[in-house]
Amino acid sequence: MRDNLLLTILLLSPLSSAALIFLINIFQKRDCFVVPPHNDEMGHCEQFVVPLRNDEVDHCEQSEAIQSVGTPRAFPRYRSRHMWKQPIYTFLALTGSGISAVLALYVGYYSYFEKEVFSSHLFTWLSIGNFTIEVALRADALSSFMLLFVAPVSFLIHIYATGYMDKDKSYGRFFAYFNIFVFFMLLLVLADNPIIMFIGWEGVGLVSYALIGFYFKDIQNTYAGNKAFIVNRVGDFGFLSALMLLFLSIPSGGFSFSNIFLSLIQIEPFSLSLIAFLLFVGAMGKSAQIPLFVWLPDAMAGPTPVSALIHAATMVTAGVYMVARFAPLYNMTPNIALLIAYVGALSALFAALIATKQYDIKKILAYSTMSQLGFMFMALGVGAYSSALFHMFTHAFFKALLFMAAGAIIVAFHHKQDIRELRGIKFPKVFKMMAIASLTIVAIPPFSAFFSKDAIMGALYASGHVEIFAIAFVTSLLTAFYMSRMMFVLFFSKSEQSADESPKSMVYPMLLLTIFSIFAGFFNIPEVFGGAMNFSHWLNLADKSFIIPHAKELVLMSINTLFIALVMYNTYKKYAYTNEIIMEENYGIVTKKFYIDEIYNKIIVASLHKLSHFFEKKISNFLIDEKINLTALAYLKFGKIISIAENGNVRFYALYMLIGVMSGFVYLYWFLRSAV
Amino acid sequence: MLKAYMILSILLFSIGIVGLISRRNIIVIYMSIELLLNAVNLSLIAISADLADSSAQVMSLIIIAIAASEAALFMSLFVVLFRNRASLDANLFDMLGNSNER
Repeated sequence: MRDNLLLTILLLSPLSSAALIFLINIFQKRDCFVVPPHNDEMGHCEQFVVPLRNDEVDHCEQSEAIQSVGTPRAFPRYRSRHMWKQPIYTFLALTGSGISAVLALYVGYYSYFEKEVFSSHLFTWLSIGNFTIEVALRADALSSFMLLFVAPVSFLIHIYATGYMDKDKSYGRFFAYFNIFVFFMLLLVLADNPIIMFIGWEGVGLVSYALIGFYFKDIQNTYAGNKAFIVNRVGDFGFLSALMLLFLSIPSGGFSFSNIFLSLIQIEPFSLSLIAFLLFVGAMGKSAQIPLFVWLPDAMAGPTPVSALIHAATMVTAGVYMVARFAPLYNMTPNIALLIAYVGALSALFAALIATKQYDIKKILAYSTMSQLGFMFMALGVGAYSSALFHMFTHAFFKALLFMAAGAIIVAFHHKQDIRELRGIKFPKVFKMMAIASLTIVAIPPFSAFFSKDAIMGALYASGHVEIFAIAFVTSLLTAFYMSRMMFVLFFSKSEQSADESPKSMVYPMLLLTIFSIFAGFFNIPEVFGGAMNFSHWLNLADKSFIIPHAKELVLMSINTLFIALVMYNTYKKYAYTNEIIMEENYGIVTKKFYIDEIYNKIIVASLHKLSHFFEKKISNFLIDEKINLTALAYLKFGKIISIAENGNVRFYALYMLIGVMSGFVYLYWFLRSAV
Repeated sequence: MLKAYMILSILLFSIGIVGLISRRNIIVIYMSIELLLNAVNLSLIAISADLADSSAQVMSLIIIAIAASEAALFMSLFVVLFRNRASLDANLFDMLGNSNER
């Protein structure tokens, strides 16, 4: 009963506040409405601004006028006449996510200290023979661990967003989406069976789409949202097929995770591998790994809190969570696990390479997110599940912090995002926090990522896959390079720009996250420093054990740290107080992101376009429409012939009647004669 | 004797039918219709006399009465039709069919 109440409130509080916000938002008269532009074959776009009602025309023009007078901004922001509703929205949004954050901390506390498992069975969704699908929530160690950072980080980013989105026209819509996102993410994490998990999985994808295209007046944002949604469909196809295969393979009983893991041994190895692979395809899409990563950099079109929450801290980690959830499955299919490790390694290296040539502050962070996710997948692949999850835990804090700092800079400096334009900014508070976050991501001790990344490196080394370890090592050096490049270009330069300080609602959540990203590492101190690996013991996943001598581990760490420090020093010499960033050559295969988008366009999009063109012209138009029209035409012709008889002349009608009566008589005559 | 009357009746009826179908003048068509009625009347009376039952003769009297009133109706109809088309050619009055198609 207590569990039921707890988990239901935890889940439904963001949803209900989203619903309330939507309700209030419905009654808001929309300012202007933009019809999606008509896109003809030449790729030529036209935008139509259509006022909804006559009395709104003047208002549309008015807001355009406000925009053109104000400072140039990358995102169009209109002042709303519904400003008085903003405190209501703020209250609702913060209550919704705040309640779930508090309850999540409560659940985490009891799960960690009392080893309690919260489970709640809401109702039976489907019952087919002896096969049932329950709507059930379950917070075991893994789920509680996820709750522990998903809900509080969401809450902090909600607070941050109240500052970031201040006086935005679509303030209410933004927070409604945000709260729905929290609901779906919690559903994904708390689900007790893959079907419910899939609902959450799709839900976060949907909200991600809505938030990437949040400023839909710029068609590019809408395209970015479309791209994210469509690329994710490919991954979801994998996930869904895996679920169907599982459904077919599992003989009877429920579809809960525990039941699935019990019946895994009965599935033949080939289909088991297929299931494992298809599940990983789903994870690829959500967690932006090669080859389905193309949407993540474009997803930065959304407002920065969205990037912080969805595309850095929570949603993109869903793939990692899912693979960890299916750890027993991946332990039985070592080949697929190895594939995961390789894909992760390639993605990490690839993303880090691209990030070294990026100039957009958010794009750099996006590629670094992809790279860090690659690290997690490497760890998952070799079987170090809890190390991967621990890195995810620390990553949520420092990456959210980095994005929030970037957002604060973007707001303060009039929506400039290019680090070449932002060179030498003076922004002391944000600089301190961003510096700490950068030191954390490059794994400088004693910040949190040092412990988590080191656990991954140790596991990779001990697993015996030298090539993966080497890639991870190179990637961590590249990480040090591009992060310090960004930092030095932004803050260490001769030219100085300054701006107003960020509002308190933006600074305080960042402060809290700074504290977390410094100290989160101490939850899982490795044994070599006298720690007890508390988290790993708590999570109790099907980890493979990696025994590595303490001396060796220490040497590894120090070499790693030494090289990172060296890279950072060289970067400092190269970029700080120089004009290197502007002189840098801005071409080459790395700058063009290895032409991946172009290749995808050529191979997949163009061929699909051709195929649909073929289907439209040949199959639909020619084969189907043409033939149906021909049949209709034949009927028309035939009808024309018949209608000659109906000439409207009564005399002819009398003739027809006579013929009919006569033939009737003749027939009767012959009939009666033969009958006699 | 009945046979002769019936043959005469059939002949009258056939002439009426042919007139109804082949002639274009509406007045002639009307006359053909009257011929049809009288052919029927003739056969009714002949059969009635043959069977020595007078009820059919009553019926033919009624038919004659109706035909008289019909004549009055037709006369007014001719006038109206002539006002519309300035002619009494039956081919001109074909609005019953899909005349707009042609």
